[in-house]
Amino acid sequence: MAQMNMIEAIRSAHDVMMDRDPSVVVLGEDVGYFGGVFRCTDGLQRKFGEHRVIDTPIAEGGIVAAAIGMGVNGLRPVAEIQFADYIYPGFDQIVSELARLRYRSCGEFFSPVTIRTPCGGGIRGGQTHSQSPEGIFTHISGIKTVMPSNPYDAKGLLIAAIESDDPVVFFEPKRIYNGPFDGDPEKPGVSWASHPKGEVPEGYYTVPLGSADIALPGDELTIITYGTLVHVAIAAARATGVDAEVIDVRTMAPLDVQTLADSVKKTGRCLIAHEATRFGGYGAELAATIQKECFYHLEAPIGRVAGWDTPYPHAFEWQYFPGLKRVSAGIRRVMEAE
Amino acid sequence: MIEKSRLQIPRPTARPGDEPDFSYLDLSPAGSVDKPPIGSRTRKLEFLSSGLVRVLDDNHEAVGPWNPNLEPEKLQIALRWMMLNRVFDERMWQIQRQGRISFYMQALGEEAISIAQGMALRAGDMCFPSYRNQGLFMYRGMKLVDMMCQCLSNTKDMCQGRQLPVMYHSKQGNVFSISGNLATQVPHAVGWAMASAIKGEDHIAATWLGDGSTAEADFHHALTFAAVYQAPVILNVVNNQWAISSFQGTAGGQRRPFAARGLGLGIPGIRVDGNDFLAIYAATLWAADHARRGHGPTLIEHVTYRGGAHSTSDDPTKYRPRDEWDSFPLGDPVERLKQHLIKVGYWSEDKHERLEKELREEVLVAWKEAQKFGTMTEGPWLDPATMFEDVYAEMPQHLESQRRRLLEILAED
Repeated sequence: MAQMNMIEAIRSAHDVMMDRDPSVVVLGEDVGYFGGVFRCTDGLQRKFGEHRVIDTPIAEGGIVAAAIGMGVNGLRPVAEIQFADYIYPGFDQIVSELARLRYRSCGEFFSPVTIRTPCGGGIRGGQTHSQSPEGIFTHISGIKTVMPSNPYDAKGLLIAAIESDDPVVFFEPKRIYNGPFDGDPEKPGVSWASHPKGEVPEGYYTVPLGSADIALPGDELTIITYGTLVHVAIAAARATGVDAEVIDVRTMAPLDVQTLADSVKKTGRCLIAHEATRFGGYGAELAATIQKECFYHLEAPIGRVAGWDTPYPHAFEWQYFPGLKRVSAGIRRVMEAE
Repeated sequence: MIEKSRLQIPRPTARPGDEPDFSYLDLSPAGSVDKPPIGSRTRKLEFLSSGLVRVLDDNHEAVGPWNPNLEPEKLQIALRWMMLNRVFDERMWQIQRQGRISFYMQALGEEAISIAQGMALRAGDMCFPSYRNQGLFMYRGMKLVDMMCQCLSNTKDMCQGRQLPVMYHSKQGNVFSISGNLATQVPHAVGWAMASAIKGEDHIAATWLGDGSTAEADFHHALTFAAVYQAPVILNVVNNQWAISSFQGTAGGQRRPFAARGLGLGIPGIRVDGNDFLAIYAATLWAADHARRGHGPTLIEHVTYRGGAHSTSDDPTKYRPRDEWDSFPLGDPVERLKQHLIKVGYWSEDKHERLEKELREEVLVAWKEAQKFGTMTEGPWLDPATMFEDVYAEMPQHLESQRRRLLEILAED
């Protein structure tokens, strides 16, 4: 085992897979010589060469499309989109091509592309470097959508994504690249070194796609969340003194309904928390699923805490971010309701 | 006089009721364009994007440096494929008009492109076609009956009822799945070609799109990536003058030829007579050699004419002169190859007529066979529950439960 932050864990996943499988290639803006703006691919080009770690033109549509073509020709491309906010020029290629190639050709053609992209706010990124667009992708049949909340899961899930014959969009909550974040920007930063999930095996292992994790066991309330907000939810549970069970969804699609439903049936109360905007968001799908699976166990209406339905403002990011205060208020609301 | 900016709205030279007018087409006499050696610098190749590479002259003779000097036997084979493409389209069009398939798209007037390029490429080269490349699928071994079953969405449909008619795919023939969206396949071809080079193989990729869809961002991504990495790929713009009702000027064809689109990036462009089998064959061979020997991509513009409606859902008499094709200066590709073969003594009107009859019969037999696997009105039927397959490599739980729910609903009927 080694101590790794999320960046090192993601880099290690690339390294392990590129070593194991010569068909794995990496492409994206700044990923090669420089090693990525967040350093996730640092050193890979030196080790594996310019033909396997490719700096691309600034054209996300071209990056996704070229990766698709490479995948059709037997490679296993890992494409980095520098910020999730930049993914939209590649959106048509993801929706109309990558997601549906297997379907429309009845399995004759497919392209096992993994698209990695940093998401989320809390880094002074303003409205073009802070978005959490995962809900847009969970709506697309044919791709898998993943977001880890810690280094151990990041590496294991990324290896599983690269090995998957299905395309995967892999969101990396960049606020927690260097350490867990409990939602209070006034506190000094914490590193992954003191977190149990900062212990990461150096070699190969996977965390299976499609499985949620119980990040904090509890009996009184289930908080369903993912990414940065897993840490906020745990902090809010402690702050409110509520014995909450925090479920880390990890794979948004396909969803591990069983783990979520088992927990809510046990606790009888459910709060859903995500950083993305609320209206028409992924939380609505979670709420509908829980309502269907657990209706007769629910003792209170399902609560939701999310980003406001506005763009992510640069100067007011902490008023926008659903932090400790808002998640705590959400917990109390669900606990007090009858 | 006050000068001010104004938009120039592109307009075609002729609308319904007007005399067709192709004076806007720059034509070079057959044999007049030089053939530069493979590996020439792009600067030295620039003339190829403004001239028009032609081999067959007005007397039906093959002339000039681009003459590929193919044996007449090979040309007879080419003619047969082009005729089959046309006869097949004609029959499928009628079948759609009779309401027996939902939709169809013909390649009328563009048959030389698929066949000449299919023949000039190697079997291991990967093709990323558009929806008017049915000739490629035929040439690369797809059976007519399989194509018909696809159009019928019947039990033998390779797409299992998931795709509109003509959206074929052939892994075995190295022809990619047709999307139905435009130009998306072009950067796929570049990625495929990059992978070929990464793997150290000498297969190249080729792809096709129309003049209209060169306006899509995907085309420009493809050009950029192909140029940056010198990917071994041939990018074909089939300029058939019309994109549904939009004439080629709507995509910018009045400014510079589509063949010149890559010059700013250093991609050589060849403007070729798209109704001249020999010219297309020669240009493709040149571009394929160029790619295979490490000199990177070539853009080929095929100047041709969409002889029919865009699709069975289109009515071109609403936006272009009814008889425009008759005046197209580059004629009809089938007729031109036929006349050339007659001229060199390897074909006759009589043989042509007999072959046409034979091909009609072949298509009819295939149609009878295809209907055995189901039609729009008669079984056998595809199982609707198959719609849940191939969304993912393995069916996830939510799709499995939706599949069961559909089966329950169907069982109630």
